[in-house]
Amino acid sequence: MLELQGLSYAVHEDGGELGILNDISLTVGDGRLVVFTGPNGGGKTTLAKSIMGLVRPTAGRILWNGQDITNLGITERARQGISYGFQQPPRFKGLTVRDLLTLASGDGKLSKDRCCQYLTRVGLCANDYLDREVDASLSGGEVKRIEIASILARNAALMIFDEPEAGIDLWSFARLTETFEQLHAAGGATMIIISHQERIISLADEVIVVGEGRLRHRGTPAEILPRILEDTLPGCPVLTKEAKAQ
Amino acid sequence: MMDTEIDRGLLEKIADLIGKPVGAFNIRKDSGCDGRQSTEHIEITSKEDKPGIDIRIKPGTVGETCYIPVIITKSGLREMVYNDFFVGEGCDVDIVAGCGIHNCGGQESRHDGVHTFYVGKGAKVRYTEKHYGEGDGTGGRVMNPETVVYLEEGASIQMETVQIRGIDSTKRSTKIVCGKGAEAVVTERLLTHGEQTAESDMEIILDGEDSKGRVISRSVAQDHSEQVFYPRMVGNAQCFGHVQCDSIIMGEAKIKSIPAITANCTEAQLVHEAAIGKIAGDQLLKLETLGLTEEEAEDCILKGFLA
Ligand SMILES: Nc1ncnc2c1ncn2[C@@H]1O[C@H](COP(=O)(O)OP(=O)(O)OP(=O)(O)O)[C@@H](O)[C@H]1O
Ligand SMILES: [Mg+2]
Repeated sequence: MLELQGLSYAVHEDGGELGILNDISLTVGDGRLVVFTGPNGGGKTTLAKSIMGLVRPTAGRILWNGQDITNLGITERARQGISYGFQQPPRFKGLTVRDLLTLASGDGKLSKDRCCQYLTRVGLCANDYLDREVDASLSGGEVKRIEIASILARNAALMIFDEPEAGIDLWSFARLTETFEQLHAAGGATMIIISHQERIISLADEVIVVGEGRLRHRGTPAEILPRILEDTLPGCPVLTKEAKAQ
Repeated sequence: MMDTEIDRGLLEKIADLIGKPVGAFNIRKDSGCDGRQSTEHIEITSKEDKPGIDIRIKPGTVGETCYIPVIITKSGLREMVYNDFFVGEGCDVDIVAGCGIHNCGGQESRHDGVHTFYVGKGAKVRYTEKHYGEGDGTGGRVMNPETVVYLEEGASIQMETVQIRGIDSTKRSTKIVCGKGAEAVVTERLLTHGEQTAESDMEIILDGEDSKGRVISRSVAQDHSEQVFYPRMVGNAQCFGHVQCDSIIMGEAKIKSIPAITANCTEAQLVHEAAIGKIAGDQLLKLETLGLTEEEAEDCILKGFLA
């Protein structure tokens, strides 16, 4: 179980303080699938990174299975079962897809078959990719899917995916949602998926709209989706006005 | 031959040699000959006028490997060696060179070598050269290799040089002249640490029509070490040349990379890319999210980079 208690993150800007996360409290039960959605810049990535330890909150606590992990480093959290797929995954000169999956799995002798399975589940053909370097020669969508495969290989108790759909073609996207659905049905992992996609939002047990560093709305997909589609959730006032003028 | 543990260790490190090599070989130890074997197609003879050997490979020799490792185990030994390779037309061969120094004394041990290759029409050569130093003496371990290659029409060389730790000072000079349709591919891997210095001076001259040159250099400088690279590509005809230098800088190290491309013909197409930077923060972080410690992550990134 993951618990966030009064989590805040502020940065100093022009002498003042800018609150990026503001007093967020939240509990995610084991085996649940929660989707964070909301406007760009709302604080979703910062929230996810705070859970992984990539961002150090300025106030509040994070509990994982009852243990306070607020002051633990990234490596330690990873070893305790937390994983995070980057919104913008880094590239590595010299590390192959196979190397990355092997590192992620923690099994030095990860078989080729297993690697292939992880890649297939994100819609990649293993033979074309296993020995390729995860460097600038891969396309954005390819790197993104390899990143997701690395989280599948990691097989952690908590999996956080940051906009897994970004830059991914329609066919792979279909395969990907299927994978999330299967993972959730198997019930082994707790999942947090940051997404703007209706297909993914509709898989959730709970949808949380994050805006201005706060949890703005919570509910089931049936409750939240229609309101997003009708645009009754607060959007950008300028854009809304322009849309009305047309 | 190969009678001590140190000899065997060095030979394995620099030439992947375990036991007596199969085929042609010449093992040079402490300025003497520690073993030699010629074969039907590859003849190795000592030079008359200066230290070194001539290696003559008969035209049409395919699939053979020739080992010519050098080891130095005496502190204070200095040598200058000239090796000439005559590779006949249509050959397809591997040449494994390399030098290992074990210095446990207080004096500098030093190997300077000039390797000259004459590669005949259509011949293919893969040339690997590994440099390695060890021993807990205070004496320096120094290597200054010079390589000169002449490629005739349609010939090619794939040259791979590796120096990972252990060599205190190195000054490497490589010159390759490509004839018509010839191709040179040079991969260089270098890691320096402590107070080490390394300099690599490279010139690839694309003389013949449709010749190709490619340099891929990757290096890591740690601690207080210093590296300087001068990769130069000259196009004198319709040709294609690509120089790519990538370095990771760490600690208090210094790296200077001065690539130069010169076109003396409108049909010469030359590209160079050079980048120096520290390990990207997000690479370290990503690997930490996979459960590696910061040190493990750094190691992993460097190993991949130099692989
Ligand atoms: N270190 C920082 N310094 C200043 N501002 C920051 C910092 N980190 C994040 N921000 C700001 O905080 C806000 C939230 O960013 P975050 O990346 O969490 O948003 P997001 O909800 O993931 O957005 P998107 O949907 O575009 O991915 C943004 O306005 C961002 O510019
Ligand atoms: Mg984001």
